[in-house]
Amino acid sequence: MPVQYYIFLSIALFCIGVMGVLMRRNAIIIFMCVELMLNAVNLLLVAFSKMWADAGRVDAAGAQIFVFFIMVVAAAEVAVGLAIIVMVYRNSQSVDVNIMNRLKN
Amino acid sequence: MNALISTALSGVLMMFAGLFVKNKQSIKFVAIVALLICFAANLAELCTLQGGSRTLYGMITVTNFSVLFNAVAFGATLLYFMLSGSAFEKVGEHVSDYFALVFFILSGISLASSFSSLLMLFLAIEIISIPQYILAGSDKKSPKSSEASLKYFLMGSFSTGILLMGITLIYGATGSFLISELGIGDGAISPLALCGVILIAFALSFKVSAAPFHFWTPDVYDGSPSVFTSFMATVVKAGSFIAFIRLFHGAFTGTISKDWQLLLALVTAATLIIGNFTAVFQQSVKRMLAYSSIAQAGFMLLSVIAFSDFAVKGIILYAAAYSIATIGIFAVLIKMKDYTFDGFNGLAKKEPLVAAVTTICLLSLAGIPLTAGFFAKYYVLTAAVQEGNLFWLVIIAVICAAISVYYYFRVIMAMYFKSGEPGVEEMNGRFKFLLVVTAAIVILLGVFPGLLLQFA
Repeated sequence: MPVQYYIFLSIALFCIGVMGVLMRRNAIIIFMCVELMLNAVNLLLVAFSKMWADAGRVDAAGAQIFVFFIMVVAAAEVAVGLAIIVMVYRNSQSVDVNIMNRLKN
Repeated sequence: MNALISTALSGVLMMFAGLFVKNKQSIKFVAIVALLICFAANLAELCTLQGGSRTLYGMITVTNFSVLFNAVAFGATLLYFMLSGSAFEKVGEHVSDYFALVFFILSGISLASSFSSLLMLFLAIEIISIPQYILAGSDKKSPKSSEASLKYFLMGSFSTGILLMGITLIYGATGSFLISELGIGDGAISPLALCGVILIAFALSFKVSAAPFHFWTPDVYDGSPSVFTSFMATVVKAGSFIAFIRLFHGAFTGTISKDWQLLLALVTAATLIIGNFTAVFQQSVKRMLAYSSIAQAGFMLLSVIAFSDFAVKGIILYAAAYSIATIGIFAVLIKMKDYTFDGFNGLAKKEPLVAAVTTICLLSLAGIPLTAGFFAKYYVLTAAVQEGNLFWLVIIAVICAAISVYYYFRVIMAMYFKSGEPGVEEMNGRFKFLLVVTAAIVILLGVFPGLLLQFA
């Protein structure tokens, strides 16, 4: 399959993630959309890795190693992020980000 | 390398210190000693480098510049530990964990000052960011703190996603993550690479809180415990700038530089104008300092846009001048009971020495001659003038610097020319002595900037 298909799929997934972050109000859903963005990137990295390997680059596996790093960092972010969301829920009984506009005053 | 290893080990050490050291005062002492060791280890690297550079598997390249920047960041953190370290105890129970997180941020900064692969750039930005989300929410009982933390976390991970997309697109266009092999600017620019560069510029603008990506900054800096705001707004911000400047000066040169220069010039102009004009209307000193940090980020961005030796010297001096002055002001602010401008009324009568030091730090932020802030602004503005086609931006910057004098002087006016009974916590002799040292460094760097720049 040509790499263009993967590029279009990844960009579509990424844009769905971005729109979700900008439009949804529930902190957990926003968080899931961020994960969607990261996984779109992972997919694209693997596709590019295959593309460059076919083009004859010997170090193309580096992109797949990058994917592992992204997964590890995303896991660390989940650990911190869910803890923060639980803390916010304990304080305000809600995970709606609109409530956070309290900070402005 | 030394800086990276020693700070990471110190972070682990601090986590264990929480188990074995029960007295909170001694935890602070352990942290200061560990940081001194990191500082010495970092400087020791300077001797082995001898003007050259050291590369580790193509991933990390340590140069004189990175060692010097690490020294500035560690020095500012040392001052911060000594001035505000005891305020850590008031935030929560787990004092040693907060110190450990600060050390992990420092190891992220030393990675940011020496990466030579986009993978390491990503890791550096993340190591800097993730501990900050925790520090912002460390006051668990306060709804403001936890909301600041959530806001910072959501915005931060969103910008990480954008950064990663940028890196991936650049990889698709060039087939390499190594800065030295990218070569985007040689010849025709592929659309993939151009999109990648723009996305990375946006993501890093998020991290350094440049307009129009600054909207999280005032809320997060205002909501976080003041001790940690002090660190996030100074050392960490300077660390993100180093990543910015290293990447854009190192990798995106040649034909592509004109494209991002225009983009970043617009971002800089917006940052300067929005930061300064909004700071004028603030009622709380802490919130004013948050907007002032946006405005100062605008000045630091000038050195990212301008390619020259002056710009690199400028960012080092700016990082030092801005960090030290802001840490000094925050150390005083933490001791105040009321964070509004009126809370400072009559401070000069009650605590003349503290008021004098605050004044010197504020003058440095405003860029008045004889303080470090003056030469810092001088260097970045000269770099921008030398660039040639950025004259309009320099004019905006100078006008904004004049506006900034207004809101910094509001604090000085409150301290000296208004009467009132300011609520201040007890300040011991050691704290006052350290404040005087802070003011002395600000003035010393303002009179002899060469003391720092001779190493650059």
